[in-house]
Amino acid sequence: MQVKDIITTLNLTVFGGIQGLAHEVTGGYTSDLLSDVMGHAENGKIWITLQTHKNVIAIAALKDLAAVILIKGLEPDADMLAQAKEEGIPVLGTNDQAFETTGKIFNLLSH
Amino acid sequence: MRFEYNIEAGNFTKAGDASSSFKKILKQLNVDPQVIKRIVVSLYEGEVNIVAHANGGKVICDVDTSRVTIQLIDVGPGIPDIEKAMQAGYSTASAKVREMGFGAGMGLQNIKNNADELIIKSEVGVGTKLTIIVNLNKI
Repeated sequence: MQVKDIITTLNLTVFGGIQGLAHEVTGGYTSDLLSDVMGHAENGKIWITLQTHKNVIAIAALKDLAAVILIKGLEPDADMLAQAKEEGIPVLGTNDQAFETTGKIFNLLSH
Repeated sequence: MRFEYNIEAGNFTKAGDASSSFKKILKQLNVDPQVIKRIVVSLYEGEVNIVAHANGGKVICDVDTSRVTIQLIDVGPGIPDIEKAMQAGYSTASAKVREMGFGAGMGLQNIKNNADELIIKSEVGVGTKLTIIVNLNKI
């Protein structure tokens, strides 16, 4: 499943980083601790978080993550968005909280 | 080959720039992607530690045919008890740093888990030097 399929199915907002919409999603990782993601998220995962700063993209790019989903209606900081566009990492948004978002994506990827 | 980067204290918008730049070089050198990941995780965590804790520092990355050696040298408070600092979950990070999702006491563990060798030398009130060695698997 590609990032764009998840956007369509879950009706997610696309803030930027559209070059990466065709990234293949191999799974998800839900965490707000950056070192946790750095240490444990594998490439191709979609990262669900409430962190909205630029370092999120640095980590997503270094770990070759598929995309980042910001929960609870949060929006990326300006420098996060700029970095996402530069690195081609899609930054997406939802009004749901982490639990629901994770559950929905888990279900999508399990089918 | 040697590559050097300066790290600014407290500037989180630039944290990761050295890792990002070195990752591109390693890709160009055709280093195994799995090995690149381990190098980059180690370097990034070291970079963030300098930004979060020190008064600035530099990174020196040496690449030869058999391994990558990264030296992270900072001027800063130093680590009084390295053994304690190595414990998972132990952190001296500020509230501001923790709010960003850093400072969970995982950084040095991440480096240890990804490096083939990690040497920490530190002097209180002077600074800290990390040496990280990752062996290159021949493809």
